[in-house]
Amino acid sequence: MRMPEVNDDSASDIRHSKVLIIGSGPAGYTAGVYAARAALSPRLIEGPQPGGQLTITTEVENWPGDESVLGPDLMARMGEQVRKAGVDVVSDLIVEVDLTRTPFLAIGDGGTRYTADTIVVTTGASARWLGLESETRFRGRGVSACATCDGFFYRGRVCAVVGGGNTAVEEALYLTNFAEKVYLIHRRDTLRADRTNQARLHANPKIEMIWNAEVAEVLGDDMGVTGVALRDTRDGTASELAVHGLFVAIGHDPATSLFKGQLHMDDEGYILVTPGSTATSVPGVFAAGDVQDKLFRQAVTSAGMGCMAALEAERYLAGHNTHAIAAEGAESGTLV
Amino acid sequence: MRNATEQDFDEIVMKNAKPVLVDFWAPWCGPCKALAPTLEELAEEYADEMDIVKVNIDENPKLAERFAVRGIPLLLIVKEGAETARAFGTMSRSRLDAFVDANVGGA
Repeated sequence: MRMPEVNDDSASDIRHSKVLIIGSGPAGYTAGVYAARAALSPRLIEGPQPGGQLTITTEVENWPGDESVLGPDLMARMGEQVRKAGVDVVSDLIVEVDLTRTPFLAIGDGGTRYTADTIVVTTGASARWLGLESETRFRGRGVSACATCDGFFYRGRVCAVVGGGNTAVEEALYLTNFAEKVYLIHRRDTLRADRTNQARLHANPKIEMIWNAEVAEVLGDDMGVTGVALRDTRDGTASELAVHGLFVAIGHDPATSLFKGQLHMDDEGYILVTPGSTATSVPGVFAAGDVQDKLFRQAVTSAGMGCMAALEAERYLAGHNTHAIAAEGAESGTLV
Repeated sequence: MRNATEQDFDEIVMKNAKPVLVDFWAPWCGPCKALAPTLEELAEEYADEMDIVKVNIDENPKLAERFAVRGIPLLLIVKEGAETARAFGTMSRSRLDAFVDANVGGA
């Protein structure tokens, strides 16, 4: 059997669609519903985390129409809706794209080749890791980026959270439901978390702050994590902390490595789009949600952008170049 | 797919003549829910090669402890009564196929 090559559409397993959506968070799912209702028979590739970041949260209290809904339940409902709308939902992981050819090409990690007239990029963002070899080695054995998934395993134990933002504080607070003690390790001497979270943090007797420290190494044995080696960010002093688990909450990175060198991005890797549009630097490729938005990052704003992307893909397929439309709008400065 | 408990785990998994893919999950685990449909597909397609057995760790905490589970979803491959591989976190169908093919086939 020959190996598939990028410029070879005669390979056996090729699946074409007018609209290919890469990613399955609120942006991808919404794009799917709109594209399906526009009779574009879209295909949606779920990616590494079907349902996206909301599947690792608990209560969502700002999704319109739901006073309180569990993130995983909300995403399961969206998943059901896109399937009912007729979207071809595929469990695959795209490992390579070629946006320089027509139709565009995306290749799954099993070798499946997806070609498409338009692509909607909704790959979202994923938790940032410390980048230590020992951290990778102990993932799933004491190192986690999801307190709501793994907090359960720390009942009566001691664990630590790394980070200083809202996510870190929320993870630490959540862990106190299970753990006997939670250390919050932060490299500075002040937190970025908002006031409400800081007040909750300081009121919680189970949480102890460790200021001006960074994790140098994750320590452990055959059974998993046993501690962390710390380094003082001011004078480099080394110390150790005995913990059973380490939760990493140091931020998120857009999942855009797939598109490096093919789509214009800012220096943090967020895809650049035409203001007021989801059009990227490549006509026919649109980007929606956390992959292009570092300001709002909400389920509802992502869903809104997913809708825009599908409508813009529809226009593009109808022969109208969205880029031209967006530029025209900007130049004429129409007031409505 | 079958469910195993603390009582019948050894019978269903450890003494199974076929390789077993064990899925540690819990009702509150979103990623586990997301992985479930993929596992169901897999169970049908690989019915001849292996069994897939689910363990609800909420109801069977001793099994979680026994296998040093500290995060879910966690998939284990058990062959002839011994754990031979484990994979942590959600994954695409293609990744799951690769994991199973690498760890199940053969003798």
